[in-house]
Amino acid sequence: MNARTFTHLDALESESIHIMREVAADCKNPALLFSGGKDSIVMLRLAEKAFRPAKFPFPLVHIDTEHNFPEVIACREKLAADLGERLIVRSLEDSIRRGSIVIKNPDLPRNPYQSVTLLETIAEFGFDACLGGARRDEEKARAKERIFSFRDEFGQWDPKSQRPELWDIYNTRVHHGENIRVFPISNWTEMDIWQYIGREKLHIPSIYYAHEREVIRRGNNVIPVSRLVQPKPGEKVEIISVRFRTVGDMTCTAPVESIARTVDEIIEETATTRITERGATRMDDQTSDASMELRKKEGYF
Amino acid sequence: MKIENLSSLETETMSNTTQLLRFITAGSVDDGKSTLIGRLLHDSKSIFEDQFTAISKTSERRGMEKVDLSLLTDGLQAEREQGITIDVAYRYFATPLRKFIIGDTPGHEQYTRNMVTAASTANLVVILIDARKGMLTQTRRHTFLASLVGVPHIVLAVNKMDMVDYSEDTFNAIVAEYRAFAAQLGIHDVTCIPMSALNGDMVVEHGTNLSWYKGAPLLEFLENVVIDYDVNTTDFRFPVQWVCRPQTQEYHDFRGFSGRIESGGIAVGDEITVLPSGRSSKVKEIVTYDGNLQRAYAPQSVTLTLADEIDISRGDLFVHGGAQPQVAKEFEAMLCWLSETPLDLNRKYIIKHTTRTVKCHFSRLEYRVDVNTLAHHQASALNMNDIARVVMKVQQPLAFDHYNKNRATGSFIVIDEASNNTVAAGMIA
Repeated sequence: MNARTFTHLDALESESIHIMREVAADCKNPALLFSGGKDSIVMLRLAEKAFRPAKFPFPLVHIDTEHNFPEVIACREKLAADLGERLIVRSLEDSIRRGSIVIKNPDLPRNPYQSVTLLETIAEFGFDACLGGARRDEEKARAKERIFSFRDEFGQWDPKSQRPELWDIYNTRVHHGENIRVFPISNWTEMDIWQYIGREKLHIPSIYYAHEREVIRRGNNVIPVSRLVQPKPGEKVEIISVRFRTVGDMTCTAPVESIARTVDEIIEETATTRITERGATRMDDQTSDASMELRKKEGYF
Repeated sequence: MKIENLSSLETETMSNTTQLLRFITAGSVDDGKSTLIGRLLHDSKSIFEDQFTAISKTSERRGMEKVDLSLLTDGLQAEREQGITIDVAYRYFATPLRKFIIGDTPGHEQYTRNMVTAASTANLVVILIDARKGMLTQTRRHTFLASLVGVPHIVLAVNKMDMVDYSEDTFNAIVAEYRAFAAQLGIHDVTCIPMSALNGDMVVEHGTNLSWYKGAPLLEFLENVVIDYDVNTTDFRFPVQWVCRPQTQEYHDFRGFSGRIESGGIAVGDEITVLPSGRSSKVKEIVTYDGNLQRAYAPQSVTLTLADEIDISRGDLFVHGGAQPQVAKEFEAMLCWLSETPLDLNRKYIIKHTTRTVKCHFSRLEYRVDVNTLAHHQASALNMNDIARVVMKVQQPLAFDHYNKNRATGSFIVIDEASNNTVAAGMIA
């Protein structure tokens, strides 16, 4: 391989591997946050590239809203088993039982509460660094976040007092009780992710590919019918060909109409789509221009 | 307000051999920096409809006639409320030829700190000048900082040409003055482009107003500038990041040294020297997840196994033949102070250099540089945004190169042990 054949994916991959190894070497007790979504599946491949032939120097942690698509949970279980790595699952239901999360209606979106269970899990295991698959192209607030993002004991992100990040020399030091969120794929875009999934032939949940699904239309959103979302009186159930661009909470993740059944077809659609990933699929991010910024300040990823 | 251009979509898919170019823009809001970035994103069709709709609505609400493209680089609620930008923001766009990462830095207070931060990872800087105003103090400052951080390529964007009737003479006069100044700093690789970001002349399209200019528009230049030699391609430098010891049945004796090749290349069988110890061995294997390699080059992340069992840990540096790094406990460096808390000469700090972290103190301040006049002044203290030449002492010897020979082995950060903050950036010189 020489400079001529070193592609942008190679450059991004090498940067991400470098970041993961810095975390493994410099942090005492790291964890990799894994959701079963496409970005975290890319993270697992990057971890393999960083640490094989050895085992990962950190466990995989999933904060389960129990509002996930069954295909995603199945994929999570399969990948952890295939890799032979340790998977820790902590559920929002545990926090609800403990009383640390109080919800009005169990069927409403649960993303706002994920931070609580995440912080409880960090405290339970004493994690000082959590690797996450967030990308800067996803959202305005993320565009301003460092690769190594410091959180106080309440998990809060303060955009105004971030540590300057120079070259690729990362300051990994934290005081007791604080922790770092580290985003090795900060510089990847949705397109890079899909190209990498194609290049690496990664196994992803089937709902990322076009499939026939029962949906209902509410306003501009196409909402998948599921055990949590049933048609209201007067709403019509349609069966259309859709795929998911993101896979989150079933109650607030909308699919896009699509007939792309292969990675190549998805790449083509991604190249021509005129709507951002979150704009198209996350109803909870549409509530306000600053939804993500506010959630991050509360300790969300 | 109509959405223009969005219907005539290009459907070309980016090829997998697209390269990555990181660049920053330097200039103040008044120079049209945000408009330039907005124009690049818009005309390269990297703006999505929902983003465009959002800024169209905001522009309308603020009573503007055209869609204000500078709103695209607005970020956080805190910033929108106060009408400021507070940090480095990263933007992404791609053309069929390249993928781009823009480091967008605000142009006001704390500028030195933000620009040094963003420039540290950049291949190229676009320095904006308002054609009506010509070279300003801030132009000199931006250029000095770009040369200090060693950004390999500089583009001088003479913007707002529409305000000077697209005058070739005005452009030529600014370029002549700029080139003379840049030459004093030893900068010769400058590309000067006249443009109007507002009207889109010479950003993505040539436009018709600047037909006397025969060079490429900005985007075409960014797509084609050669960046293969931005890293040192001759001197092999491999800081050990992580010792890979699987301790499994299959890999019982495996002991690999993982890291990223920062410069140069290495082949199986090559002799390497481990610094600072000075011990030598030969490369037995170059291990990657995708199979072993015969040769590897910067900036690949690999795992090396060696022919001999020698004591190696994180922070050691592998080198091979050719120019050798210096190994010393004392060195001089240019320092940019980043913290609101001033330097305390009586205190010890920590420096992180490649993958090695050691204690240090500052034994002398040689001088402080006035970033506006480039004059040297005596210094007894360093405050945020100050640039100074310092003499540093470290507890353990470091293996380093001069920054202008090797960015990776010539750079370091300074950390305050009490606050754990990153307080300075250093370039060994």
